[in-house]
Amino acid sequence: MIAALLRRDLATLLPGGRGGSGLLPLLFFLAVAMLYPFAVGPDAQLLARTGGGVIWIAALLAAILPLEKLVSGDLDAGIFDQLRLRGISEETAMAVRLLAHWLAFAPFLLLATLPAAALLGLDGKTTQTVLLGLVAGTPGLAAVGLIVAALTASMRGGAALAGLMVIPLAVPILIFGAGALARPDPGGLLFAGAISLGLCAVAPFGAGAALKAARET
Amino acid sequence: MQARLAAKDIACRRGERLLFRKLSIDCVAGDAVHVTGPNGVGKSSLIRILAGLLRPYAGDVQHYGGRGLVDERLALDANLPLSKALAFWERLDGNADMGRAGDLLQLAPLLDIPVRYLSTGQKKRAALARLINSNCPIWLLDEPLNGLDHHAQTVFEALIDQHCRAGGIAIAASHQPIALPAPQAIALADFAA
Repeated sequence: MIAALLRRDLATLLPGGRGGSGLLPLLFFLAVAMLYPFAVGPDAQLLARTGGGVIWIAALLAAILPLEKLVSGDLDAGIFDQLRLRGISEETAMAVRLLAHWLAFAPFLLLATLPAAALLGLDGKTTQTVLLGLVAGTPGLAAVGLIVAALTASMRGGAALAGLMVIPLAVPILIFGAGALARPDPGGLLFAGAISLGLCAVAPFGAGAALKAARET
Repeated sequence: MQARLAAKDIACRRGERLLFRKLSIDCVAGDAVHVTGPNGVGKSSLIRILAGLLRPYAGDVQHYGGRGLVDERLALDANLPLSKALAFWERLDGNADMGRAGDLLQLAPLLDIPVRYLSTGQKKRAALARLINSNCPIWLLDEPLNGLDHHAQTVFEALIDQHCRAGGIAIAASHQPIALPAPQAIALADFAA
């Protein structure tokens, strides 16, 4: 049952899948990394010092793009109603959706970080810190995104609102994940990971409750 | 175990309006109920309450046996060919063969067509076939005949008859006449608040 759900969610959300936003978030992510040197000039030292933070901002914004179709399409189609009738709770459906959402964007984002780091001229150690930070932080970004997508799924124009709501909620992950770039110790990464785990634990329940509330409207 | 669906003194409120109240239904195996009433009287809400998807404002619903629902939301992936869109639900229902229901509702020629290109009636036929194959004893039908042509209507009415004789329960909300086996009729307007 879980396998069937995960299979459908992945087929929908993966780049090249039928219902998701495809490769757009990745291209957007790379485009930001490419534009930044144009905007601030070719000062290699400045780029290397600030590049890690730019990658983080690009990753955060790229995580917002898939939210529009993450939940609302299935809610409108009545998928969650039919799942419920088969004894599959909203929480289970959302936990599977969280995993699929993360799998569909995070691994590709990590891969795209390598060319982005090259474009910004980051050294090996900084690139490694960025990658580890993203590994620790992206589950949290996915969880925040899922909660917000479920909350706004039944609203008209919910997608724009979702983008706006994710940003403040993602600030703690950004502070600790990107903050690790400025400090030599791994404390920031561990904090980012802890926040991610907490958010992932809460997200299925929050998003499930949002879906149930959407039925009553 | 025998299928049973019992609702006791349920009331439904949507927004500020009380749609109906003091409505009780007790269905045992083999029963068919036709819920009638003008638009907006709460037929769809009643079906959703019986399905457990909407909380009644008062009263409670008890059921023994799985519930299957067909309403205007088809829950089929619009971009997939019909066979694949149905395959997802077949996997969940543990029933990998559209079989007889698919034959009777003439789905075979449609299986390769993406769901978004299907007509209203064709989509409805697919949803009905999914309901039949889910092997739920309790059928909750919200306007099941909408969009169906005359032939498909007759076929589906025969399938309901078969379902009830096999110990199932069918509750259909419909503003048009629907041939049910020995139906209890509930005119929802009688329960209006």
